[in-house]
Amino acid sequence: MRVKYVLSEVLVGLWRNVTMSIAMIITMAVSLTMLGASGLMYRQVDDMKDLYYKNIEVSIFLTQEVTEQERTDLQTKLDGDPLVKDVFYVNKDEAYKRFKEMYQDAPDLVNAVKPDQLPEAFRLKLNNPEQYKDVYDQYKDTAGVEEIIDQSRLLDKIFNILTSIQNIALAAAIVMAVAALLLVANTIQVAAYSKRREVAVMKLVGASNWFIQAPFVLEAVVAGLIGSLLGLVALVAAKYLLFDGSLSALQGLLSPITWGDILFIFPLMAGVGGLVSAGTAWITLRFYLRV
Amino acid sequence: MIQLEQVTKTYPKASRPSLDNVSVSIEKGEFVFFIGPSGSGKSTIIKMLLHEVAPNKGRVVVNGKDVTSMRSWKRPHFRRSIGCVFQDFRLLPNRTAYENVAFALEVIGKTKAVARRVVPEVLELVGLGGKEHRYPHELSGGEQQRVAVARAFVNRPLILLADEPTGNLDPDTSIEIMRLLDRINRTGTTVVMVTHDSNIVNQMRRRVVEIESGRIVRDQARGVYG
Repeated sequence: MRVKYVLSEVLVGLWRNVTMSIAMIITMAVSLTMLGASGLMYRQVDDMKDLYYKNIEVSIFLTQEVTEQERTDLQTKLDGDPLVKDVFYVNKDEAYKRFKEMYQDAPDLVNAVKPDQLPEAFRLKLNNPEQYKDVYDQYKDTAGVEEIIDQSRLLDKIFNILTSIQNIALAAAIVMAVAALLLVANTIQVAAYSKRREVAVMKLVGASNWFIQAPFVLEAVVAGLIGSLLGLVALVAAKYLLFDGSLSALQGLLSPITWGDILFIFPLMAGVGGLVSAGTAWITLRFYLRV
Repeated sequence: MIQLEQVTKTYPKASRPSLDNVSVSIEKGEFVFFIGPSGSGKSTIIKMLLHEVAPNKGRVVVNGKDVTSMRSWKRPHFRRSIGCVFQDFRLLPNRTAYENVAFALEVIGKTKAVARRVVPEVLELVGLGGKEHRYPHELSGGEQQRVAVARAFVNRPLILLADEPTGNLDPDTSIEIMRLLDRINRTGTTVVMVTHDSNIVNQMRRRVVEIESGRIVRDQARGVYG
């Protein structure tokens, strides 16, 4: 009977103040969607970093006038360098072949470039891509080196952008969360006020504190859980419409977001939504009911 | 049953104490009136017995439990051994007489089956047989107070506290309520009643403790009002 009583009180409570409940659920849903999106991006950025940094190369382009001696010296030095994992030498012919492949859609460009115009290069894989700077400093003044280009610089820019989008989503989640918390606190106050007679009687006859508080706290938790479900729906819609829809052209660039990822992030959203609402309700009651 | 030992209570911002070195001892089964003018500190005693306010000095013992040092989380269970009636009845307006009494049982974990057995019995006892399904607004003041008494007594508490229970009732109805409290007292329940209704005190001829400005000025067995 007590469980039934508590549950029916929860439903009555949410219904009694239905506009406030809806406002609470919507802000909660938006906040949790932002949180979920931010969490997904975090995984996404991690996956992409793994994927891209693994294949990253530093290219040391040699001057046109490089001598045989200079090239062999550099090769020996690179082979013995502890920072360097692998070294591939790309001669002019190979460079031209790669160039042709890369720009096969632009025959004019390919025709304009002659094989001996492209520089020879060493392509390096580093043991740790972060140590690019050391490699750069070591080899930039070596005889025969024209230019050193590190792909990770480029990637860093992309990742910086992704990280800032992620931070913006997180910040939006927090701001919305504050609004949601205030709404929860307010809803609980209104609920406690409208039930003040019952609460007074319950305190008088010695109902336990948890029994007095449970309907209010559960009311907030139910709202939080409904909010997180709506958030899940929003994320599913975002995947469906954005990633599989208008952004599908970028499929090769972005690592895919699977349904599994979204399902994996849902417990986080539901947990945060439920626990934070419960905590807020409980604290509000401590001040408001003094039970 | 109830001991107040040199109890002093000063509310914050008050210029003088509400209770000033008050000592009273009440035995099991007694019927005690606390009388005195408004603001004399009578109601503070009731609040102390309910563990609602704590004394600044002294000790309060109820049912063998030291209320002074009781932690607040133990309060709910402690209250189940005390019934309480107030001037303003404190009934739930959207529940019938039966439901008001049953509510008090159900929120402390009793089953509906227990309520179905006990509630009609106690409503009969207070003289409301046949009116179980009336709402408070369909009952007279005296009848509403009977519901409140039924609610306070349904758990068979050892102590019944009554804070001006006749304050809102006419003299005839007041006497009926007093008869009811008297009958409850005869079942062995200790009754502590705060009042300034002189008629009632004079008719009942029970122990009277008079308080003035926070001090006991009279403690008389079979006393009358001032």
